[in-house]
Amino acid sequence: MREINVNKIVPVVKELCIDASIYIGDDVVEKLKEFQEKEESQIAKEIISIIFENHKLAVEKKMPLCQDTGVAVFFIELGQDVHLVGGDFYDAINEGVRQGYKEGYLRKSMVDDPIIDRKNTKDNTPAIIYLDIVPGDKLKITLAAKGGGSENMSEVKMMKAADGIEGVIDFIVDRVKRSGGNPCPPIIVGVGLGGNFEQSALLAKKSLLRSLNEKNPDLKWAKVEEEILEKVNNLGIGPQGLGGRTTALAVQILAKPCHIASMPVAVNIQCHVHRHKSAVI
Amino acid sequence: MAKEIHLYTPLKDEDLEKLNIGDKVLITGTVYTARDAAHKRLVDLIEADKKLPFDVKGQIIYFVGPAPARPGMPIGSAGPTTSYRMDPYSPILLDAGLKGMIGKGPRSKEVIDSMVKNKGVYFAAIGGAAVVMAQAVKAAKIIAYEDLGTEAIRELKVENLPCIVANDIYGRDLYEEGVRKNRK
Ligand code: SF4
Repeated sequence: MREINVNKIVPVVKELCIDASIYIGDDVVEKLKEFQEKEESQIAKEIISIIFENHKLAVEKKMPLCQDTGVAVFFIELGQDVHLVGGDFYDAINEGVRQGYKEGYLRKSMVDDPIIDRKNTKDNTPAIIYLDIVPGDKLKITLAAKGGGSENMSEVKMMKAADGIEGVIDFIVDRVKRSGGNPCPPIIVGVGLGGNFEQSALLAKKSLLRSLNEKNPDLKWAKVEEEILEKVNNLGIGPQGLGGRTTALAVQILAKPCHIASMPVAVNIQCHVHRHKSAVI
Repeated sequence: MAKEIHLYTPLKDEDLEKLNIGDKVLITGTVYTARDAAHKRLVDLIEADKKLPFDVKGQIIYFVGPAPARPGMPIGSAGPTTSYRMDPYSPILLDAGLKGMIGKGPRSKEVIDSMVKNKGVYFAAIGGAAVVMAQAVKAAKIIAYEDLGTEAIRELKVENLPCIVANDIYGRDLYEEGVRKNRK
């Protein structure tokens, strides 16, 4: 049994919040370059250049890539041989968020009540935290800070087995089509298949944690991802929805078993400000 | 995006008559920030026949809720927010004399029609290029609704704020035409 004091978590979470908002992953940069070379629309090419300039300026000025620094979503992998001591684990994560969003000059975008009061909590808490217990004695914290623009274009649909893979592909492509320029394309399309209503949505979000350079380990799904990507980019939406061949940089699928009567399909749209970063304690 | 056009606020009809969708513009002068909550208050004032916190005639509203400014900086990261949430309010502001809007994502038919009627233009800024946009902001001050925090109305002094004309006064829509051209 390894003891971890929850106080150790606070500065780690704080740094994750600040770093993820400023530094974009190499996988996103590489994909953007690859697509910029292939791009046929002049406006689209120029928009991608501006995105690169933004990456450079963000690091130089230590300013977040996007003003919407998002909801702080955490995926925690807690080793089953870890004993957490020194206080409440969830409080520690939230304290890290509080400090990170303050000291990083990040925008606080959370409201306390979703419908009636909608008062800003002023420190970007509460975070949304998912916990998985895994073998080992480590604690892995992954932050996926998500902006509202792309999150709002996401959807879950309870489909029928009779819809088949064609129906599923049509739904996903149509979801991207209806999103148009709203989620700040170029986007990454996260897809969750199976499970039940809420698990499909979680799978869609988790699928976005995979590096854009990594192929889907399941060849069957890798092929479907390629097919959807081609269809999505044939929509012509392009960067910012102003026309082009670069609508999505990748489609990423995560699939799980489901009930005989169900076929849940979830699409979680991620913008090009693809903030995800991990730390291991 | 062949040409780059310099625009100065307040905007005049002659300036806007020259603009076509796809033009790259650099805006210099004053722009006002407002998101949904501030729009609602502005429109409530117009409907109650009350005075607005700033004169919208010839002006540009930028749909943005900036990140906090670091010490010594006028503003934090300041890219556009999604414009469709402002669609119910924009025609009323255009009728009141507003000439330009900066945001991201397509506008409704009502807004496009109102832009034709009132000679207004919608500029697309690059969503997610928020440091590039902040670079163009030289000064910022809150002029109304401080209680709204990031959603307060700010008066920004901007120099060469980079945007693309997405809807011109002739009713053309780059979101529609650009996508149609690139569809396969
Ligand atoms: S969708 Fe992404 S890039 Fe666009 S404003 Fe939101 S966080 Fe920023």
